[in-house]
Amino acid sequence: MNAYFKLAWMQLKLFGREPVALFFTLAFPLMILLLFGMIFGNAVDPQYGDGYGYIDALVPGLAVIIIGTVALMSIPVATATAREQKILRRYKATPMPPLVYLVADITTNVFIALIGLVILIIAARLVFDLRFGGNWVYVLGGFLLSAFSFAAMGYIVAVLSPTARIAQVVGQVLYFPMMILSGVAFPPDIMPEGVRAAANWLPLTQVVNLLQNLWFGQGWSIQSVLILGLMLVVGTVVSVYTFRWE
Amino acid sequence: MVIDVRNLHKKYGQFTAVQDVSFSVNRGEIFGIIGPNGAGKTTAVESIVGLRQPTGGQIRVLGLDPHSDRRVLSQRIGIQLQQAQIPERMKVWEALDLFSSFYDKTVPWEPLLAAWGLAEKRKTVFGNLSGGQKQRLFIALALLNDPEIVFLDELTTGLDPQARRATWELVSAIRDRGKTVVLVTHYMDEAQALCDRMAIIDHGRIVALDSPQALIDQMGNKQRVIFSAPKTFDATSLCRIDGVTQVNRENGRVVVQGQGALLSNVVLALHDQQIAPIDIRTETADLEDVLIQLTGRAVRE
Repeated sequence: MNAYFKLAWMQLKLFGREPVALFFTLAFPLMILLLFGMIFGNAVDPQYGDGYGYIDALVPGLAVIIIGTVALMSIPVATATAREQKILRRYKATPMPPLVYLVADITTNVFIALIGLVILIIAARLVFDLRFGGNWVYVLGGFLLSAFSFAAMGYIVAVLSPTARIAQVVGQVLYFPMMILSGVAFPPDIMPEGVRAAANWLPLTQVVNLLQNLWFGQGWSIQSVLILGLMLVVGTVVSVYTFRWE
Repeated sequence: MVIDVRNLHKKYGQFTAVQDVSFSVNRGEIFGIIGPNGAGKTTAVESIVGLRQPTGGQIRVLGLDPHSDRRVLSQRIGIQLQQAQIPERMKVWEALDLFSSFYDKTVPWEPLLAAWGLAEKRKTVFGNLSGGQKQRLFIALALLNDPEIVFLDELTTGLDPQARRATWELVSAIRDRGKTVVLVTHYMDEAQALCDRMAIIDHGRIVALDSPQALIDQMGNKQRVIFSAPKTFDATSLCRIDGVTQVNRENGRVVVQGQGALLSNVVLALHDQQIAPIDIRTETADLEDVLIQLTGRAVRE
């Protein structure tokens, strides 16, 4: 247990010393929030539901971007790099079980995503009078389910990619199309019907649906919970059984 | 006996990296695994610590099977790997503190930091350490769990001569504290300075197994006498001297090989021919010569 906490704390400190990762995970969503908030404001607009404005809909969407960035960019690249630089090999020479490393790394990354979410919410609340219609515990639960299932997926990318470069490409190929089609970047209404139907089943779209529904107090989207839950189970099992130090 | 290796084999596809290697290591000695680059030393030692699975043979380390009991064994041994890193931005004290948490039983790391000359670098990140400091940190990490056996793989590669000699003293100090050290190196001077016994490996096989002095003695007290002489001097005349086995001219110098009282015999012969040799010097056989004789190649880089 001591090893788990020491390693998780160390991973968190190391993350804090990576300016690029820090920027993309924490500062970039904040910049989008401030930029778009200044353009569109947060006046009530029926387009975003009864009594809500642009920012109220944007914040759960940006939470999705934080999850995607941590899970499909940070995790695959950092893990494959640690393997490539033989850092994992040094850990292999100690009695630490691989599972401890895996769990410490995943929980650290989910925690980082959570920090990103909290910063976002505080900023939106202070600058744009963010409105919230749901239950904070549900939102936290939905966010953690999404973050853990995507982190497990990111770990599969890390484990299966032979090099850090490939891990980066695979992560981006998975992430960017999903992000564009998920409805975070622009309204799904402008997409052709067929694309919209397909996008509705993409994993990242589940996160958007889940978090936006919870945010506006519309309850749990069963389809999204099932898909993300399945991803979490499969992703965890596959990454635990395929994880290698080298 | 703390390590017993019998008929170790390791193949990578068609390539045989280690072939029928057998040896044992006694408690409290520095045992060298010596040989040219690519001879199979690292493969052998990584099989012994359980980081690689051998294709054949039996290995017992502290009575344990290094592969199936790897986690138990790793509590009792320390390893400095040739190919391993810690994160660039991890600080020295953080590495020691983190790695301490992986073991059931550890020694306090503060004294280790001081003993290995890293006290002033405790807050420096790994990436900013010099090559010697990185190596010393890796050795300190290998000693955290107060191991019974310490494996050091090419620990002075990339260090300047002063740092190398300082490291040697520290390795001797490890043994003096009652630990067993397995030292992998391709530097013959290092092997000669440190090892109590050594196995010379070439092309994956053990070609010699003894103490450095015994291996040198096997060379039969061979010496070389080297001096400059005028071109007109007939060097072949020296072949008649008692004990001389070979005479060559190398880079304008005469090199006389042989045994016995070689130097005085050569000087007397030169005196008879009224030649006063300038810059005359002798070289006795060392491990480098042993290795050249056994493997047919030099290991100098």
